[in-house]
Order: sequence, then C-alpha cells, then structure tokens
Amino acid sequence: MPRFRIALAVAALALAAASAAAAATIDLVAYSTPKTVLGKIVEAWQSTPDGDGVSFTQSYGPSTDQAKAVAAGLAADVVFLSTGDDMNLLVDAGLVDPRWNRQSYRGIAADTVVVFAVRDGNPKHIKGWRDLVRPGVEVVTPNPFSSGSAKWNVLAAYDAQRHLGKTDAQAVAFVEELFRHVVSQDTSARNATNTFLAGKGDVLITYESEALAARAAGQDLQYVIPRQTMLIELPIAVLRSSPDRQLAERFVRFTKSPAAQELFAQNGFRPVDPAVLARHAATYPSRPGMFRIDDRTLGGWRAVDRRWFDPNRGLMARIERSLGG
Amino acid sequence: MRRAALRATVLGYLAAILLAPLALVARRAFEGGAGRAWSAVSDPDTVHAFELTLGITAIAVPLNTLFGVVCALAIVRGRFPGKGLLNAFVDLPLALSPVVVGLSLFLLFGRGGWLYGLFEAHGVRVLFAPPSMVLATVFVSLPFVAREVVPALRELGEEQEQAARTLGASSRQTFRRITLPAIRWALVYGVVLTTARCLGEYGAVAVVSGRIEGRTETATLRVQDRYESLDLTGAYGISLALAAIAVCVLVAMTLLRPRREA
Amino acid sequence: MAARASLPGTAARPSAGGALALGFVGAFLGAVVCLPLAALVRSSAGGGFLAAVSSSESVAALELTLAAAAAAALVNAVAGTAIAWVLVRDAFPGKAAVNALIDLPFALPTVVAGLVLLALYGPRSPVGVDVAFTRAGIVLALLFVTLPFVVRTVQPVLHELDREPEDAARSLGASEPTIFCRIVLPAILPGVLSGVALAFARAVGEIGALVIVSGNLPYRTEVASVVVFNRIQAGDRAGAAAVAVVLLAISFAVLLAVGAVRRLATRHERA
Repeated sequence: MPRFRIALAVAALALAAASAAAAATIDLVAYSTPKTVLGKIVEAWQSTPDGDGVSFTQSYGPSTDQAKAVAAGLAADVVFLSTGDDMNLLVDAGLVDPRWNRQSYRGIAADTVVVFAVRDGNPKHIKGWRDLVRPGVEVVTPNPFSSGSAKWNVLAAYDAQRHLGKTDAQAVAFVEELFRHVVSQDTSARNATNTFLAGKGDVLITYESEALAARAAGQDLQYVIPRQTMLIELPIAVLRSSPDRQLAERFVRFTKSPAAQELFAQNGFRPVDPAVLARHAATYPSRPGMFRIDDRTLGGWRAVDRRWFDPNRGLMARIERSLGG
Repeated sequence: MRRAALRATVLGYLAAILLAPLALVARRAFEGGAGRAWSAVSDPDTVHAFELTLGITAIAVPLNTLFGVVCALAIVRGRFPGKGLLNAFVDLPLALSPVVVGLSLFLLFGRGGWLYGLFEAHGVRVLFAPPSMVLATVFVSLPFVAREVVPALRELGEEQEQAARTLGASSRQTFRRITLPAIRWALVYGVVLTTARCLGEYGAVAVVSGRIEGRTETATLRVQDRYESLDLTGAYGISLALAAIAVCVLVAMTLLRPRREA
Repeated sequence: MAARASLPGTAARPSAGGALALGFVGAFLGAVVCLPLAALVRSSAGGGFLAAVSSSESVAALELTLAAAAAAALVNAVAGTAIAWVLVRDAFPGKAAVNALIDLPFALPTVVAGLVLLALYGPRSPVGVDVAFTRAGIVLALLFVTLPFVVRTVQPVLHELDREPEDAARSLGASEPTIFCRIVLPAILPGVLSGVALAFARAVGEIGALVIVSGNLPYRTEVASVVVFNRIQAGDRAGAAAVAVVLLAISFAVLLAVGAVRRLATRHERA
C-alpha cells in the first residue's frame, strides 16, 4: 500500500509540474468597442492567482463578423459580443451552451443604453423620440442590416413608443416615420459616429459606450438619454470547444467581479453589478422608461429577428421598401 | 500655349482628386507631432502587421506577375477559341467586392466547406491563418500585370519576333531580347499596381484573417483597428507608411526595369 | 523569372510551350478564381435568388452601381489619357514626384480614402464643395480609387510609341489635334480600353470608401456592393450571392463588350 501512495504522490507531482510548465492560453474573441477595457481586464486578471501565467490571444471586430468567424472555425475560448442575437448564432452552431444565459447576471458582463448624440448646445432641442421626427430634423443611424448592433436602435425606437402607450401599429408607423428622417445609414456604429462628427445630421442614434469612447478620445460629443430607452445587454460566454473550459469560466467569472466591473464603469460601460453601478450613478443615470430585449412587447431576440429583420419579409425590409422610389 | 493649358488642366484635376486627399492624410498623420506618428507605426503589433503585409505581398506579386505575363502572351499571341472570354475573365476579380471574395473563401475553407475536411485532416490551417490571406490577396490583385502587358504586346506587334525567329533565335532568346524590353514599362507599372493593391487590400483579408492581434493582422487591419479605437492619427500614420512603401516600390521598379538593348 | 514558358503560337502551329502556358493560366485561374466563385454561385442557388435579385432595392442599387461605374470609367478614359500624356511627353519640375503618387489610391486603405474625401468634399469642406452623401459624391470617390488605371495602362504604350509618324505628319503641316486623333489615339486605344475595363470593374466592386462617403440610403445612394454586404450580415447568404452573381454577369458582359470595341476599332488599322 505505501508503494501505491508513493506512486500516487509522484503522479500528482508530475501532473502539477506538467501543468505549470505548459503555457495556458485563452483565445478571446470580442466586438470592437470594448477593446480597451477588455485589455485592462485581462491584465487585471493576469495579476490574480487564477490568471497568473495565462497568456491571451485577442481578436476584435464587428460583432456579427466575429460570431460568424467563430462558427466557421476561428479558435476561441471566450466570446464577448454586442447582441444576444450574435450569441444565438453560436448556440445554433452548437458552439455555445444554450443555457449560457443562466450564468450569473443572465450571462451579461456589461450594459449600455441607446442615446442621442446632438450638436453643441443642442440647437434643435432634442430630448425624446418624438423630437426626432419633427420637420427638418436629420437623423444618422447605422443600418440594422449591416450592423447587428444597429438593431438595438430600431427596437428602442419601437418599444419606446409602446411604453408611451402607443399600439403596435402606431409604433411601427413611428419607426417608418423615423427612417424618413434618416440621412445616412452607415454600416457600423463607428462609421455613424464618424459621419455625425464630419458634420452630417442633427442627431445621431448611438450607444452610451460609443459616445463616452468618443469623449475619451477627445471628441466633444454631447448626448441625451431619452426617458424611454433600451438597456443594451452585452453577453459573454465560454465556448463548448474550449480545451480548458474551467480556466475560461474562471476568466468569465472575473469579468463580473467588482474589480472588473469597476474597470467597465471607468471605461464607458454600465456595470451589471448594482453596487458598482450605484457608485457611478452620476455617469450612468437611470431612466424611468428603460426596457430590455425580453420585454413583453418585444419578446426576445428570436421573435424580434423573425418579425423585424428577415431580409425579405421583415418589418425593416418593408419599411426600407416603402421609403424607396 | 496648348501644352501649358493641358498641363494646367491635368495638374488641376490631379490636385483635386489625388493630391489634396494625400496631403490631408499626411497632415493628419503628423497632427500629434512626429513622435506620435512614429509611435503609431512602431508598436509591436503594428510592426508585426507590416511584416505580415510585406510577406503576403512578397508572395502574391511574383505569382501574379508570372501569371500576368503568361496570360498576356496567351491572350495576344495565342490561337485558341475563347480568347475574348479569357480576356474578360481576367478582370473579373476586380468586379467582386472584397467582402464577397472573403465569403467565397469562407465557403470553401470554413467549417462545412468543400475543402475544410481536406486541410483539417492534415492539420493545415487555411482560414484565420496566413494561407487564406495570401489567397485573398492574390485574388484581388490578379489582373494588373496582364492588363498592362496586353496593350504593350499588341502595340509591339509580331513582326520583330517573327524576324528574330527566322534568323534562328530560340523562343527564350526572342523573349529576353525583343519582347521583354518592349514591355518593360508595362511590367514596371503592372508590378507597381499589383504591389500597391496588395499593400492596400482590406475587405477580403479582413474577413478571412480572424483579426487575431499580433498574429493575423495586416497593416490595413491595423488601420481599421486604430479607426475603431478612435485613434485617427494612428490610422493616418500607418496609411502614410503604406503609401511610402508603395512609392519606394515604384522607384525601385523604375530603376530595375529591363534595359533596352543598345 | 528564368523558366518562362515560350511564346505560344507565333508560328502557325501551337507549340508545346504554348500548351503549357495555357495549362498554367487555366490552372491558376481555376484554383484562385473559379473555385471560390463556384462555391459562391452554389450557395446562391438556394431559395431567395429571385427575390433578392428582383427586389426593387437591389435593382435600384444595381442601376446606381453600373451608372456610377460607367461615369467614372468614361471620365477616366479622358482624364487618364490626358494625365498619361502629360506625364510622358511633358516636362515640368516635380513631374517625377507626381508620377510616383499616381498609384497611391491603391495602396491607401479605402477607409482612409473615404475619411479624407469626406473631410475635403463633405459637410465641413474647406473649399465649399459638399458632395458627400450624394450620387456625385459616389462618382468622386470612384474617380479617386480608379485613378491609376487608365494612366498606368496608357503610359507604357506612350513610352514605346515611335515618334516618327508624328514628326512626319507635323512636317507635312498637320495640326496637333489631327496628329493626336489620327496617329496617336489609334496606337494607344488598346491601352485606354484596357484601363477603362479595369476602372469599370474596380468601380463596380468598390465598397470601403463608399460606405464612408455615400450614406448608403436605399434607392438613393446605396450601391450594389453595400446591398450584398447587408445581406451577408443579415444572414441571407443566398440573396447576397445572387446579387453578387448578377453584378458579376453584367460586368462580364461589359468587359466582353469593351474587348469587342477594341477589336473593331483596331481592325481597320491592321489592313
């Protein structure tokens, strides 16, 4: 029996030595906006015992493109995307567990909200959604077909009306009216910000994180948070195919820890941790009419995709067609 | 008088369409000072990106040059049915928007694609690794040498070559001493155009690269990264460096062009 | 570069070298161009081909793309020839520098091209020219990205052009325009048409600069490449491939036509 114990001890030591010698790596694939904050979170984690010695590869790009790349075989352990829609892409490809949103905070690592960026001094007095369809107001918003995250804008416009008591038909009509005022449908939020900064349009429908990033980069971008607005939830998940799931999950758990949430808050993103959010309430004011994608009137991503964003039969396609000619 | 007017018009057109935009790129690259511009191109990930770009270019250009010359010879001198089709076919890669090129490569080499199993079995990474990036770059820069050499060959005509042949010169000698010098400018500009295109390629390579920092990012992908990070000065700085490389290639090619026999 | 295949078919019978050359060209084109395209066409043969192609938005975008590309190609035919002429035949301080810059629209990432064009000719234009987000702006962006083509295909021909016929005509009293039209133009026409074909094809496929500058408004300033991009993003691969294939087919037809024009135009010269 002692010989068996010695063998076990030797084996355990060998295993420990082997795992210490092997370089642990995490392949992180994310969308573009959180690049800076994720870099900081990675560094913060690497100085904890859990993350010590773990090296990262990082890839940043448009959210839907990244999801598709992972589905086509891009190596990834952790994905951080800008819509649950893109996460569903990976679920459907069998790469992410369908119960990913049963993790802490429903699988969300950070939030942001839909806001209106306005010109210096807000000369056209833009406060709420109604102001966007006043005569002469020019709107810039990315195209929901080009940019997955632009879907948030359309859905926010619709659901804001529902929360103001409008019927479904009235709310859809509002979205159509809104798109009559759109003077540029850029292919990404970044491009839309650029168009607005180049002088086009009176108001830019964008995200708080994007506006704060522009400010941090020295652009004097003023924005307004409408009373009714969409809380954008940014999902994070571990891939099923990850060779070291436990390690990846430890990292994901870290992103929801107070330390990482504080980093999110300092870099333009709303933390999901309520305590951290409360500390930054001045930067991230609450709004009475904030709603989410699984709002009763929206019904979650799959329902919304079917109804709004089918390329031929969806409501957005119909709206675009009615604008034409 | 007429010469001066033509020169003025041409320079005016170039100033508006070409020179003003380029000047703006240069100005914005140095907006934060020379040090800022230098740091934009000298961080490790960007240096690696330039290495990758140059590496891909170094493979794509010779391949497309060889293809272009042979193809041009086939189109101009060849006698086979479907020459006109080949001629039109060569330009086709240009008409495809780069996103579609990337998508095609996805369809071929991605999970579930026609060639996926073939390469996976041998552990060869095509997609999200340099091989697919080389393929995409070769695709989009295919036509230029052929397109340059074809008109030059037509202008040359066959008489000189036929004369050389009747005098007993071999095909290789004819090519080296008569054809090559006659098409030297076409070759120079063909190579320069191909190189410039390889340096500036973004769309197709972006789709197939996986955008892995420090591994599969080219210089143009770094530009996009800087743009997304709202670091426009950095984006312009890297672009200026790419432009400078293209100019160097032009100067080098002009100096290296095959000399006309005395 | 030493192992170059020999000239195919200079004598009446095709040589073995010629067959080898053709084989190489075919294999190269097949592997690099045809295979990916086949994968694309195959994926477009799903449901939705007709719907995607005949949707009024796609039709409008296709019309806009073809019209803008044709306009850019034609302007380039004239401007490019003029530029090539000045660069080869004229002399002025800084000519070498200007010559070196001609290819830069290629080497510059298209997003940067879009950004500077937007800054120069958009809402905050320092020269008061605001064409961004209009169709004129689209043509302007296309003129930038296609600038090198006609210039670089005509320059080599002009370099090698024998001056004797022109000098002879001049000594006989012919005017400069006549000399140009009757002696120079026919000689450089293959080069011009080559460049026009390239410019057209490139303009049709352009997306990077246009997404920054055009505004991408359906039916007004949305080009076909953006429609294709949008459909890919929206998950309608079949529809995207369908529009791309139609665009390709039309471009192919135009390129064939340009080739035919060249053959017709130079036929009587051979006589």
